[in-house]
Amino acid sequence: MLPQTMENRISRTFDRKQDRLLNIYFTAGYPKLHDTVPLLQALTEAGADLIEIGMPFSDPLADGPVIQQSSSVALANGMNLYVLFEQLKEIRATVPDTPVLLMGYLNPIMQFGMENFCREAAAAGVDGVILPDLPLLEYEDEYQVIFEKYGLQPVFLITPQTAPERIRHMDTLTNAFLYLVSGPGTTGSANTQAAGTQEAYFERIAGMNLRNPRLIGFGIGDKASFDHASHYANGAIIGSAFIRALEDAPDAPAAAKQFVSSILH
Amino acid sequence: MATISSTPSAYAPSARGYYGEFGGAFIPEMLYPNVEELRDQYIQILADPAFQAEQQALLRDYVGRPTPLFEAKRLSAKYGTRIFLKREDLCHTGAHKVNNTVGQILLARRLGKTRIIAETGAGQHGVATATVCALMGMECIVYMGKTDTERQRPNVERMRLLGAKVVAVTSGSQTLKDATNEAIRDWISNPVDTHYIIGSVVGPHPYPDLVARLQSIISEEMRTQLQEKIGRELPDYVVACVGGGSNAAGAFYHFLDEPSVQLVAVEAAGKGINSGHSAATSVLGTPGVIHGSRTLLMQDEHGQITEPYSLSAGLDYPGIGPLHAHLGSSGRARFISIEDEDALRAVAELSRLEGIIPALETAHALAALGQLGAGPEEVVVINLSGRGDKDLDTYMKYAEALNSYA
Repeated sequence: MLPQTMENRISRTFDRKQDRLLNIYFTAGYPKLHDTVPLLQALTEAGADLIEIGMPFSDPLADGPVIQQSSSVALANGMNLYVLFEQLKEIRATVPDTPVLLMGYLNPIMQFGMENFCREAAAAGVDGVILPDLPLLEYEDEYQVIFEKYGLQPVFLITPQTAPERIRHMDTLTNAFLYLVSGPGTTGSANTQAAGTQEAYFERIAGMNLRNPRLIGFGIGDKASFDHASHYANGAIIGSAFIRALEDAPDAPAAAKQFVSSILH
Repeated sequence: MATISSTPSAYAPSARGYYGEFGGAFIPEMLYPNVEELRDQYIQILADPAFQAEQQALLRDYVGRPTPLFEAKRLSAKYGTRIFLKREDLCHTGAHKVNNTVGQILLARRLGKTRIIAETGAGQHGVATATVCALMGMECIVYMGKTDTERQRPNVERMRLLGAKVVAVTSGSQTLKDATNEAIRDWISNPVDTHYIIGSVVGPHPYPDLVARLQSIISEEMRTQLQEKIGRELPDYVVACVGGGSNAAGAFYHFLDEPSVQLVAVEAAGKGINSGHSAATSVLGTPGVIHGSRTLLMQDEHGQITEPYSLSAGLDYPGIGPLHAHLGSSGRARFISIEDEDALRAVAELSRLEGIIPALETAHALAALGQLGAGPEEVVVINLSGRGDKDLDTYMKYAEALNSYA
């Protein structure tokens, strides 16, 4: 079990605020290669509480069509981990307190080297990492030591099928938050479960009295779904809907501010 | 017919699905319960006598097993060695793929699943899946790259005739890799009622082992048949083509621990290893994670998976199964790569010399004959994994070249 008191930007954020935390995901290098940092700044200024930056991958298994598309565009724009870390070098000068997490898939990081990746991420002021295809066991066996060495928090996904003992185990391995996947489906997919199913799942997890706060993601896309999710957790994560809002925007940072405002106000 | 054995092998995966440094189960949490259920139950189900009885009856009466081991005398004369063909092309549906789908559909039923999904490249696995779903009255959805639906049209029509829904995948390169991505996304979206019948020895543990076990009937029969025909169970060479590697896994399985048997895996070099249009993963691949497995895969310096190429739709997969990655890196298997043109030449050769039109995938294994260095007293078994009917459009397109080879 990790020390409960370990300080990081993520836990400080949740100490300050427990309700309606808005976590926005976007793909690095989308819509334009150098939009990454301006978007990060705009989202923070507009009131997003946490930011997830997607590291584009050619074969994003857990993602729906919108993030598949933004990933392809970002890769075509020339995004890769070297470019991303170069872009993120100075972010803490302008975005001092907002937690920044990197989300992506294992293979590009394996080629970059996990230790190199963690060192660069920590040096840039990244707080946490979400790798959906990194299994719990592999994390503990091979990578936990490296994450801890660089003070990075892992974020684990929970689904309606995740066994309670497994959730409790994940809860001991992080001081960030637990990522509740809203239901069966890839990112951006609508809730097709029978009425009440999703709510019962959210309540079941809430009732477990876990150490870590909870954010709900997948299929959250507007004020109504954000408010609904926030009722059952500490807040929610929006990705695909935000990417869609950037799609044809002439000014991506302006569109970002407008989007955040539409969720929070 | 003999039972499918589960003899412990030095090449069996570890409890967590590793063959040496390759394998594992790198899957999103959404798939964890499904894969865990499969992992916890597959060995027990496969060993259950009632399961085996049902499986063996279907393999015998429906698939047509055992498939013959045919001594190809004219081909042997040409290459100066003794060549046997394991006639998987005579299986119902025209390829070895059905050995696996028969086993997996019975497994799916025992797991209480009602909906079946599959990926397919050339369409053979899709047809084999659609076939067993029709037989069992189960819903079937097959994901197939749009490019492949166009170049393997007859198989699309066969699947539809069998009652399957064929989804043409338009993401990425629109081939096997992308069809596999979409099938995995479907499984993420339907975690309770659906079983994913993977067609090759790829994917997260336990799939590589499950599919290898279900295909191992090929080498089990080879041993029995060789004993009858040549008075010994062990050949000197076993040769099979490798895309993901299911027919090779089945052909090698019961010879893995027999060091006197040379195992030869034949990949598609496409237009040439260094042409930028190739699918020779053992040469061009580096370790990484694809479709839930740590294995060799074709990727760029940034870990983005690259598009493989082969004229044959069944071999253009950017990875190979973790067992094969291990067999290659440990030196247990020899890897040879064959270019499109040489595969076509082998199609013409087998057609004219033996009256057997092979699938384009299988032709790669045949084309390796000239490189084996097998002596006149040596015995070579080639796994004739599939028949060429599905490739007729391609063969017609290259008719002039094919006729000139003959």
